[in-house]
Amino acid sequence: MPNTKKFAALAAASLLTASLAACASDNGGGGGSSGDNDAVTIGIKFDQPGVGQQVGSDYKGFDVDVARYVVKELGYSKITFKEAPSAQRETLIQSGQVKMVVASYSITEERQQKVSFAGPYLVAGQDLLVRADDTSITGPDSLNGKKLCSVTGSTSAANVQEKFANKVQLQEYDTYSKCVDPIINGTLDAMTTDNTILAGYAAQPQYKGKLRLVGKPFSEENYGIGIKKGDTELCGKINDALDKMVSDGTWQKDLDANFGPANFKPDPAKNPPKHIPCS
Amino acid sequence: MGQLAELISKYHVALAFWMTIKLTVFGGLGALIIGTLVAIFRVAPINVLRWIGTGYVNIIRNTPLTLIVFFFAFGVLNTLNISLADQQSPTSIADNNFRWGVVALSVYHASFVAEALRSGVNTVPQGQAEAARAIGLSFLPSLTQIILPQAFRGAIAPLGNTLVALTKNTTVVSTIGVAEISYQMKNMIEFSPQLLYAIFLLVAICFVVLTLPVGALFTYLSRRLAVQR
Repeated sequence: MPNTKKFAALAAASLLTASLAACASDNGGGGGSSGDNDAVTIGIKFDQPGVGQQVGSDYKGFDVDVARYVVKELGYSKITFKEAPSAQRETLIQSGQVKMVVASYSITEERQQKVSFAGPYLVAGQDLLVRADDTSITGPDSLNGKKLCSVTGSTSAANVQEKFANKVQLQEYDTYSKCVDPIINGTLDAMTTDNTILAGYAAQPQYKGKLRLVGKPFSEENYGIGIKKGDTELCGKINDALDKMVSDGTWQKDLDANFGPANFKPDPAKNPPKHIPCS
Repeated sequence: MGQLAELISKYHVALAFWMTIKLTVFGGLGALIIGTLVAIFRVAPINVLRWIGTGYVNIIRNTPLTLIVFFFAFGVLNTLNISLADQQSPTSIADNNFRWGVVALSVYHASFVAEALRSGVNTVPQGQAEAARAIGLSFLPSLTQIILPQAFRGAIAPLGNTLVALTKNTTVVSTIGVAEISYQMKNMIEFSPQLLYAIFLLVAICFVVLTLPVGALFTYLSRRLAVQR
């Protein structure tokens, strides 16, 4: 019996510690509108190389650089990153769990009904990523009979099904990372989503030289910074910070640092973009 | 109710529901066939066969279904390039995903079917096997004609449980792109987030419609068919 008791005590203790730890991290991340004036919580993607990716305990990507710059300009000294999966972005902003979302977040009318956007800070477009030696795919028009990969429940996948439903076969996985290997070993022909995310994969050291970005975008995605609906003051401040980021050269430098290895340059006719009026 | 009707028509819920049923039926059949074989291995008088049976059950039962699904989708299909559908056909991706999904579900649940059957074999009194041997039947005839028929009748309830578990586990194959009900749920949540609760309700109803009758039927059968001793 004593053994059982010891075990129970141990279990209870570990449960207690776990719940305490959970509390602590909640408070630490509680940026939003509450309390501490120096700290802020930002929602980013954790799983998109080049855009927003968790690398060990650090975060890398263009979105992360933009977030860091803007936050510094706004006068915060401490920044906490929180994962913002696509389906949860509006909820995170509305509930105040994050002050802003910088997570390859395209400005759309439906989303503007729920949140406000500062920016855009980058204009991306849906593009194709293929094997480096595959010259048969030159753009969306040459997709006939090809096998395409995207993510379940993403706008890119829906877009493909709408535009090319009769021409291509679509393989859907739960993350973009799963698409890469089948393309390299030839089971699938291409993956499709925003060119920034694709360039991020092509720029990863382990895929260098194996993947090629086609570079014929067939949609326009205006990446904005999502904030609480109607906060025009914050929106204005963010836009000022973005303007400064472009004019002092940091914007271009960060872009080169994140996408340079993939030889990717966002459409120069549209970038750097002019921001939309705050609403 | 208007919301539910809108979701059903807009996102092809009926088609997704049908896919879930197909996965359940084919997965269940596959699991029954493989599981019966494994159960025979497990009670066989030859050591090597027993080891194979035990190994199968212990390895497969203790591996997450997600891993088994990925093993077939990425290891076997994508890397070894073993296809279960004509690679030239315009629906080869969907066919391959569905068929390998069924294989994964069958392989995984076969271990539970085998254990259910082995428990059924244990309900058959020793005397039955001895009597079979006494009239000159060797291992296989005595198993197939005397032991297994009684074992199945004794194992109906756990087999039913396995089928219900399989029905719910079909959701795992949505991760490799089989368009069943939880796959469609992801689409619905992404593009109609304002109907979140209606979506959950709809999917829950679909599963209740599938699993409750199956559970009730197997309970009834287990009472009806159990060998009275």
